[in-house]
Parts: sequence; structure tokens; C-alpha cells
Amino acid sequence: MSSFLNRLFGAAVLIGVGAHGALAAPPFKPAPIPATDLSTWNAEASDFGKHPVKKPLHVPGFYKIGTAPTPAQITGWTITVYPNGVGLPPGQGTVAQGEKIYGQNCAMCHGTFAEGKNGYPQLVGGVGSLKSATQTKTMGSYWPFANTVWDYINRAMPFYAPHTLKPDQVYALTAYLLNMNGIVHSSFVANAQSLADVKMPDRNGWNWKDPRPATHNIACMSNCARSGTPKITSNAVTMNLTPHLTGPVDHMKNGK
Amino acid sequence: MTKPNRRDMFKVGAAAGASMIAASARAAGAPSAPPADNAWSNSLGHGVDSRPYGQPSRFEKNVVRRYIPWLSPTRDADASFTPLQDQPGIITSNGLFFERYHSGRPTINPDQYRLMISGLVRKPLLLTLNDLMRFPSVSHIHFIECPANGATEWPAAQVNSLQLTHGMIGCSVWTGVKLSTLLDEVGVAPDARWIVASGSDGAHMDRSLPLWKCLDDCIIAYGQNGEALRPEQGYPVRLVVPGWQGNVNIKWLRQIEVSKIPAITREETSEYSELLPSGEALGFTWVMDAKSVITFPCPEKPLQGGPGFYEIRGFAWSGRGKVKRVDVSVDGGKTYRPAKLDDPVLSKCLTRFTFPWQWDGKPALIQSRVTDETGYVQPTIVQKHKFWGNDPIYENNSIQTWQILANGKVNNVQLS
Ligand code: HEC
Repeated sequence: MSSFLNRLFGAAVLIGVGAHGALAAPPFKPAPIPATDLSTWNAEASDFGKHPVKKPLHVPGFYKIGTAPTPAQITGWTITVYPNGVGLPPGQGTVAQGEKIYGQNCAMCHGTFAEGKNGYPQLVGGVGSLKSATQTKTMGSYWPFANTVWDYINRAMPFYAPHTLKPDQVYALTAYLLNMNGIVHSSFVANAQSLADVKMPDRNGWNWKDPRPATHNIACMSNCARSGTPKITSNAVTMNLTPHLTGPVDHMKNGK
Repeated sequence: MTKPNRRDMFKVGAAAGASMIAASARAAGAPSAPPADNAWSNSLGHGVDSRPYGQPSRFEKNVVRRYIPWLSPTRDADASFTPLQDQPGIITSNGLFFERYHSGRPTINPDQYRLMISGLVRKPLLLTLNDLMRFPSVSHIHFIECPANGATEWPAAQVNSLQLTHGMIGCSVWTGVKLSTLLDEVGVAPDARWIVASGSDGAHMDRSLPLWKCLDDCIIAYGQNGEALRPEQGYPVRLVVPGWQGNVNIKWLRQIEVSKIPAITREETSEYSELLPSGEALGFTWVMDAKSVITFPCPEKPLQGGPGFYEIRGFAWSGRGKVKRVDVSVDGGKTYRPAKLDDPVLSKCLTRFTFPWQWDGKPALIQSRVTDETGYVQPTIVQKHKFWGNDPIYENNSIQTWQILANGKVNNVQLS
């Protein structure tokens, strides 16, 4: 089966293993999506029944415009990894390999210990902080699926040269960052199967259904302020956070 | 006199230091015209060959997008803001439309552009830009707003500016092909539920969208107002998802992948999600709730000229449909009176409102409050904090209060 068809049907075979002659990885089985998530996602397709999915207005190919992409073209551009692991390519990487690659390609922005530096995002920490006053969102504390880590590093990092790492390098970096977050052991080997099976700490913290409207103001016209004359609680002019708004663009470079 | 000489004379005059207006006034022996002519009335202007692509008057050179230097470590993962204080009508100028990049603005040669539609479809499709432009087309006016518009104002009034507190919005005429036309052309499989749209920028920015919205009003756009999309807005092709968070309107669009489930990308988890005080994370909060703001007066545009008549002006919008009404308060929200809505009032589009005001010269607290066609009323910041917590990032659609001082200056304040 071509890798293109594998993607379509999430077949229980690792994409393109034979064809690419890659390491013999264990046969890939997509991780099951919990029924609660799946039923919400399915219902969202029709806006919970409020917008039934419309019938097609014409048959496929009616306009006869454009060409059919080749399977190779499709595989090349189709880099999405789904939460169940479908889309992960063959390959693998260890925590130790990831540490080395991280030091060379990532630490200059994200910090030696992935603690974040000069405003660049921190990649570790915050586990258990989400209910506290100092919520810290990282892959360790917040991201619901480990596959998203692989997908994001693969598509977007390193920042100055995105989508240039090899799958094995992305697996290694994923293993390293998951280990730095205390989610996997230092002996962890990341591959399609092991990643799909990782359970992230905040896996059950996510609600995929929009609860809004979350406020219920009324369009009152008189006697609206409940507690007499409204009091000013903050005034931006006292904050000293505003760049100059007249003249050329203010880059706030002079210690302002 | 020959044509080049006239030009040289104009240049010399402009470079001489004194402005043309002042020179003319001196010549006429009066402080300023009238009664004399201005200098430009006694000389020849520029020809049609001088500016093949038009530019704003050079006196408008400071009407530009601005950014908040302390928001992001790097300009290529940052945002700039539309100068709403200088936007007279509902259409945002292409050069002033706010920007939000995740890895900078790519430069794309349209001859090399391809759009792929693949995944759970009967006939995957690869289109050139010319191919795309052959399909039946639509042209609609919609706003696009970043959900982080107003993010700095969650904990307190912090930035003393209309542009930098409300300018992550723009409104354009978007022309292109309905996404539903293309999805019908490829034939989505019966078990398809979602699409994943991705861009060809370095971030390969990607978001999942439920099928109903894709088949409802989404546009694969190549036109913005009177010209091709600007590179800042995704040239040559972007997705327009009317009324939904800016970031799902994928720019530099290269692929639509039809799927059974959402991709749960970093952008829909780490980045554009809501973390409530309870620790609960909200994954899909796509729709931009109704919001309004007074654009005159504002911190950038104080009241100049003392007590008397002023027209309060502003914009209102809703991601859920049309604006039904806007009410204005000049006493900090104790009483409101209805504003006048200017035509056109369109769905998921900026709506202009005006309100005549006799200012008595005393300090005042002015506000606008929109109600949309679903009956939803724009909330106060106090009401917002009750659900979202004190310092979230997104969805700040609260009522804005401007404090008018006796000298006409305007400050951004929050009220109890
Ligand atoms: C030049 C600086 C730079 C380098 C080098 C870099 N990154 Fe990043 N990284 C960023 C920026 C900037 C962002 C945020 C991008 C955005 O706003 O969309 C980011 C975001 C991330 C995120 C998402 C963080 C979150 O919480 O959402 C991860 C994971 C990440 N980088 C991993 C890596 C890895 C792994 C490497 C090395 C291969 C790397 N980065 C190299 C600048 C960098």
C-alpha cells in the first residue's frame, strides 16, 4: 500500500517502511482516541447538528481544471501528524542523541536546560501549575498529545531553518524534550509506536467544546452601574509601557 | 519652459527649507491663505507618469502599522497593529492591515505557487494560481481579527493607545473561490469530518477546521480590496474563515488535507487555546465574539478645540453575524444612548457607528457597547474576568473606557 493510502485510512502498517528501507520498526498501530474526544470532534463537523454538512453542488471533477498530484507530491507536502500518531514517518531517536542535537541547534534560543531565554519560549516545567495563580504552559504541563511535539519540531524548528531536520533527529529531540519534562525515562527510544503510546500529563485537561457565550451582559440604558459611580481601577498612562505613537515607529530601544 | 525644468524648480523650492505654504504666505504678505492662493495653486502638479503605483500623501507618513517592542523576542514571530485612529471607513487600507507572523513573511513567486487538496477525497487536486482563478468566484467583505487583540489589557489598562489595544483587526473585500466549490470538485469522502489547512511559510502554519464551516462561507482568496493579496496577507493565496480567529485564516496557503479527525496542532494547543482558572483548557474557541470601540476620540486623537460639538465615531463587529445596535455612554456606563449605524451593515464585517456629542469641557468616561444579531451584548472587563480569569491571553472583547480630561487629552482606563 502506498504511504498516501496509509495516511487516508490510518492502516496498521508503518508508512513507507519497506519502500524506504528504513530500520525495522515495530508494526505501527494508531493510538486509540478516547471516545469522549472522538464524539466531540465528530459532532463538531456539523456544529453539533446546528449546521448539517451540505450536499455537494456538483460531481467531483466537474470543472476539469488542474491536475492530479502524484503520490510522491502528496507525501512530500503532507506532513501532518495526527493525535493518534498517523502521519509519523519511520525512524527513531534516543534521549542522548536528542541532547546533542538540542545543544547544537536549539539551546541558543530555548536555553541550555530548555528553560527559555531572552523571551524565547521555555520548553520544560510548569507541571502541576495549571490550577495555580502562576499557570505555566509547556509541552510537559499542557500539551495533550506527544505527537504534536514531533509534528511541531518537524514543521517549524529550528526557527531559522524550519523543516530541515531528518525524521531520526526529530524523534531524538522529541525523546530528549519529553525526558527533560519528566514524562519519559532517559532510556526512552522515540518512534512512531512509542510516541503514539506516551500519555501526556494534561491529557485529560482538555475540553474541545466551546462553552461560550460565557458572559451575559444586558443592553441596559439607564441606572446601569450597580454600585454608584464607577471607580477607575487602572490607567494606562501611569504604566510606562506604551511606545511613542507619533513620528516614526518607536522601537523602544533607548531604555524607555 | 520644458517639463523637466518645472520639476527641478519644484524640487529646489521644496528643498529650500521653508515649506511651500509658508513661502506662498510670505509672498502674499499674509500669515496664511486665504485670501491669497496657496503655492500649489500657482504651479503645475505632477504628471500621471510620476507615480505608477499610488502612495499616501507624504504628510501621512506616520500613519503606519506599529508594534509593541516588548511583546515578542523576534520580529518574525510577532504582530503589528492597524492604525484604527486613522481609518475613516470600514475598509482597512492594504498597506495598514495588521500583521501576525509565526516565522516571518515569505516571498512567493506566483508562477511557482501550487495549492494541493488531498486526503480523504475522491480526486486529489493540484492547482496553479491560474487554475484557481478559473473556478467560479465570490467577493465578500469581512473583518479578520487576531484573538490576542487586546491581550495586554486583560490584567489592567496598560497600553495608552487605540492602535495597540484594538488594532489587530482589519477589514477587506476578499475575492476568491468558495472552499466548498473546491471540496465539491475533489469529492470529500463520506467519513470526512475535518480539514487541515497549512501554509507554505517556515512555520508551515496549520489549523484544523470542521467540515461544516468549510462548506459554509470560507473563501480561498487571491484578491484583497482593489488588488492581489498583499504578501503580508498571504500572497498569492490565503484562506478566509469569516468571523473566526485570525490564525485559522491560513496565509500563503499550500494544502487542504481532508481528514476524519482534527490534527491537534501546536497552534491549537500550546498557542491559540484558552486556559481557564480552573485549569481546564479550551481547545476550539474559533468564533470572535462581538466587540466595539470608539476610534474618535482616543489616546491618539484627543479633543482639540475646547468644549462644543464632537462626533464620537467607532467600529463594531461580530464573528456571529451582523451588528444589531451600538450604545454609547459618556458617564462611565451609568447611562447609554443609541448610536447611529452607518450603512452597510454586513455579516462578520466592521460596522461604523457615530454619536453626536456636545462636550461641556468636563472630564468624562466614554464607552461603546455592541449588541449583535444573536442578542449577545459586549461585556465589561469585570464580567470577562469572572469566567476567563484575571490574566488570560485571548478573547478580550470587553467594553473599552476612554477617560476624557478637561484639557481634551484621552487616556485608556478600566473601571470597577
Ligand atoms: C532562533 C531561535 C530558535 C531556535 C534556534 C529554535 N527555536 Fe524553537 N522557537 C523559537 C520561537 C521564536 C518559537 C515561537 C514561535 C511562534 O511564536 O510561533 C519557538 C517555539 C518552539 C516550540 C514550541 C513552544 C511552545 O510552548 O509552544 C518548540 C517545542 C520548539 N521551539 C522547539 C525547538 C527545537 C527542538 C529547536 C532545535 C531544533 C528549536 N526550537 C530551535 C525560536 C527558536
